[in-house]
Amino acid sequence: MAMLEIDNLHAKIEGEEGREILKGLTLSVNPGEVHAIMGPNGSGKSTLSYILAGKEDYEVTDGSVTFEGEDLLEMEIDERAAKGLFLAFQYPIEVPGVATMTFLRSALNAQRKKRGEEEISTPDFLRLIRERAGGLGISQDMLKRGVNVGFSGGEKKRAEILQMAVLQPKLCILDETDSGLDIDALKVVSEGVNALRSPDRAMIVITHYQRLLNHIVPDVVHVMNKGRIVRSGGKELALELEANGYAEYQQDAA
Amino acid sequence: MPAVQETVEQVRSIDVDQYKYGFFTDIESEKAAKGLTEETVRFISAKKDEPEWMLEWRLEAFRRWQTMREPDWARVNYPPIDYQELYYYAAPKKKDGPKSIDDIDPEILATYEKLGIPLRERDALLGIESGASRVAVDAVFDSVSVATTFKEELAKAGVIFMPISEAIREYPELVKKYLGSVVPVTDNFFATLNSAVFSDGSFVYVPKGVRCPMELSTYFRINERNTGQFERTLIIADEGAYVSYLEGCTAPMRDENQLHAAVVELVALADAEIKYSTVQNWYPGDSQGKGGIYNFVTKRGDCRGDRSKISWTQVETGSAITWKYPSCILRGDESRGEFYSIAISNGYQQVDSGTKMIHLGKNTTSRIISKGIAAGHSDNTYRGLVSAHRKATGARNFTNCDSLLIGDKCGAHTVPYIESKNSSAQFEHEATTSKISEDQLFYCQQRGLDPEEATALIVNGFVKDVLQQLPMEFAVEAQKLISVSLEGSVG
Ligand SMILES: Nc1ncnc2c1ncn2[C@@H]1O[C@H](COP(=O)(O)OP(=O)(O)OP(=O)(O)O)[C@@H](O)[C@H]1O
Ligand SMILES: [Mg+2]
Repeated sequence: MAMLEIDNLHAKIEGEEGREILKGLTLSVNPGEVHAIMGPNGSGKSTLSYILAGKEDYEVTDGSVTFEGEDLLEMEIDERAAKGLFLAFQYPIEVPGVATMTFLRSALNAQRKKRGEEEISTPDFLRLIRERAGGLGISQDMLKRGVNVGFSGGEKKRAEILQMAVLQPKLCILDETDSGLDIDALKVVSEGVNALRSPDRAMIVITHYQRLLNHIVPDVVHVMNKGRIVRSGGKELALELEANGYAEYQQDAA
Repeated sequence: MPAVQETVEQVRSIDVDQYKYGFFTDIESEKAAKGLTEETVRFISAKKDEPEWMLEWRLEAFRRWQTMREPDWARVNYPPIDYQELYYYAAPKKKDGPKSIDDIDPEILATYEKLGIPLRERDALLGIESGASRVAVDAVFDSVSVATTFKEELAKAGVIFMPISEAIREYPELVKKYLGSVVPVTDNFFATLNSAVFSDGSFVYVPKGVRCPMELSTYFRINERNTGQFERTLIIADEGAYVSYLEGCTAPMRDENQLHAAVVELVALADAEIKYSTVQNWYPGDSQGKGGIYNFVTKRGDCRGDRSKISWTQVETGSAITWKYPSCILRGDESRGEFYSIAISNGYQQVDSGTKMIHLGKNTTSRIISKGIAAGHSDNTYRGLVSAHRKATGARNFTNCDSLLIGDKCGAHTVPYIESKNSSAQFEHEATTSKISEDQLFYCQQRGLDPEEATALIVNGFVKDVLQQLPMEFAVEAQKLISVSLEGSVG
C-alpha cells in the first residue's frame, strides 16, 4: 500500500471568487521512496504542500488524499504532524522569544503525547538535539535564539532540516529547501536529508534545480504544471528539464 | 475556518468562569456599617486600636476625599460607583486577633491552602528540607492580616515584617516618618480614600546593610460581598539594604463588582534596592463582563538615596478594570528605576496600566519593558510618563512597549508622555503592535502543537523578557497563569 495516495485532487483558494490552483492532481508515494517535484513558478507546488499539511487558506473541491490508509483531509494540522507528516517550509516562520530548543522540545512532546507516548527525558532530548545539530553545523547559540529570528536564509533552511531530524517524521515534504543555500551548505543539508532516508520513510522534494538532485537522488521525478502532474519519469527527467526548460509542457497545457 | 477566527470563537465562548480561585469561604465576619462617614473611619481606627495621631491622619484624608472627584482620564468605562453602598471593613469574626497560627480559623487556613499558599511555618519548613525555597508570607483576608510567617527568623536578621496595623502600634516612629511620604494623603482620589479607610496590609523595614534572608510575600484575598479592600503596604530599605517582595491577589467570583483601592509605598535609601513583584489575579468577571474586581491602585517607589534602585515587576491577568501605574521617583543621584510588566486582558476586561519614571537626580536611569496582550473583547492600554527635571543632568530612559492582539474584537493602545527639562537627558522609546499571525499558528501546528499550545508558546515567547525578571519560583507560576487567563485561546 502506498504511504500517500493523492487522487484527482482539485483545490481552490478559500472564498467565493477563489481561483482553482490544483486541477486534478494524482500522485502516489511508497515508503522508502524519494519523489522530486519540479515545475514553473506558480504551478502550485507550494499549494500542494500546504494542502497536505492542512493549511486553511484552501478548499478542496474534489478528489481525495489518504495517508497510510486514512483520510488525510479530515485530520487537524497537528494530528497530521503527530501521524508523521512534516513540511520544511519554503519560507520558514519566525517565533520571537521562543528558543529553537524549547520550540522543538514542545513540538516533540506534543506529538508524543498525541501518539500516546511518554515525554522525552531532558538528557535524551539534549543528546538527540546535540547530535543532530552537530551534523548540520548548527551552533548551540543558534539553538538558544528565537525560532528563525535573525537567522540568515541558509540558516533557516538548515534549521528546518534540524527540526525534521529531531521529529523523525514518516513523510518529509521539502519545499525548495535548496534555495538560498551556498554550495557548501547545500552539501551539508543534502547529507542531513540523505541520513534520514530509510525504507519506512518517504520524501517529496520540491525544487527548481537539478543540482540538488545530484545530492539527493530521487526515485521518481514529476513535472508539475498548472495544478497537475504532467509527466513523471526517472532521475534523468530532471536533466532533461534542466536542458530544455518547461516550454514544451506549457504549450501542451495551453 | 482560519485558525485565528477559531481562536476568536473560542475566546468568545470562554468561561472566565474557569477562574479557579472563585470559591467563597463561608465564615462569620464582622463588618462596619455600610457606607462611608466619619464614623466609619473612627470605627476602623478603633478596631485597630490605633493611636490618636493615626486617627487624625485618617480623618484629614477623609475630609480631603470628600472634596475630590473620581478621575476620568483613563481609558476605562464603568458605571458610577456608589461609595455609600459599600462596606469598608470586614474581619473574620474572632474574639481577639490571632495570637499564633494555631488561633486562626481553620476555614481560613483551608482557604489559603486551596490557593496554594502554606501559612504554617511548619509546612513551609518541611518545604526547606525538600529543597523548596523559603518565602515568608503575610496573608490578608478581607480587611485584616491573618498570619505572618517566619517572623522570628526575620527578626533575628533585624527585618521587620508584620501587618501594618501592628506596626502602627509597635513602631509608630518608623510609620510616622514614612507613611504618606511617597504617596501623599492628597495624591489622588483613590489614594486619599485608601488613606482614610485602609484596614491592613504589610509593613517591611530592612535595616542598614541587611540583605533580607528570604523572599517576602503577601497574599491578599477578598472574601466578603460588597466589601472594598483597601490595603496599605509600606516598605523601607535602609542604606545598603536589599529586599525582594511579592504580592499575590485572588477573590471569589461574584456577579457584582468589587472595589479594591490599594496604596503601596516604597522607600529606598542610599545604596538600597527593592524588588517588588506582583502577580495580580483578582476575579476578572464572567464571559459576559459581569462582575469582577475594580482594581484602582496607587503604587510608587521613592529612590530617596544616591545609587538606590527600585524595580517593579507585574503580571496582571485579573480584575475587570485595572488602573495602576507603579512609579519611581528617582531622587537620589545615580538612582535607577525599572518597570517590567505583562498585562493580559481577555473577555471584557479593561486594563489601563503603565508607569511613571520621574528623574530628579543626576545620572539617573530607568528602564520600562511593557508587554500587553489583548484577547476577546478586552481593551489594553499602556500609559507611561518619563520626565526629567531641570537638574536631572544625564538622565536616561529606555522604554519598550509591545502589544499583541489575539483576534480582532480587542484593542491595544499605547500612550507615552515624555517631558524633558534638561537637554542632556536621553530618552528612547520603542513600541510595536502585532497580531498572532495565521502563519505562526500554522507553523507551530505543523510541528505538532494544538492551537492552544501554539498560542501559549507564542505568548510566552512574547513576554519572555519580563518573565525573566520574576523570582524563579514565581516565574513558573506566572507562566501557568498566562496560559490559564487565555484559556479558550490557550490550553
Ligand atoms: N493564499 C493564496 N492567495 C492567493 N493566491 C494564492 C494563494 N496561494 C497560492 N496562490 C496562487 O496560486 C498559484 C500557485 O502558487 P504556489 O505558491 O503553489 O506556486 P509554486 O509552484 O510553489 O511556485 P514557486 O515555484 O514560485 O514557489 C500562484 O499563482 C499563487 O499566486
Ligand atoms: Mg513554492
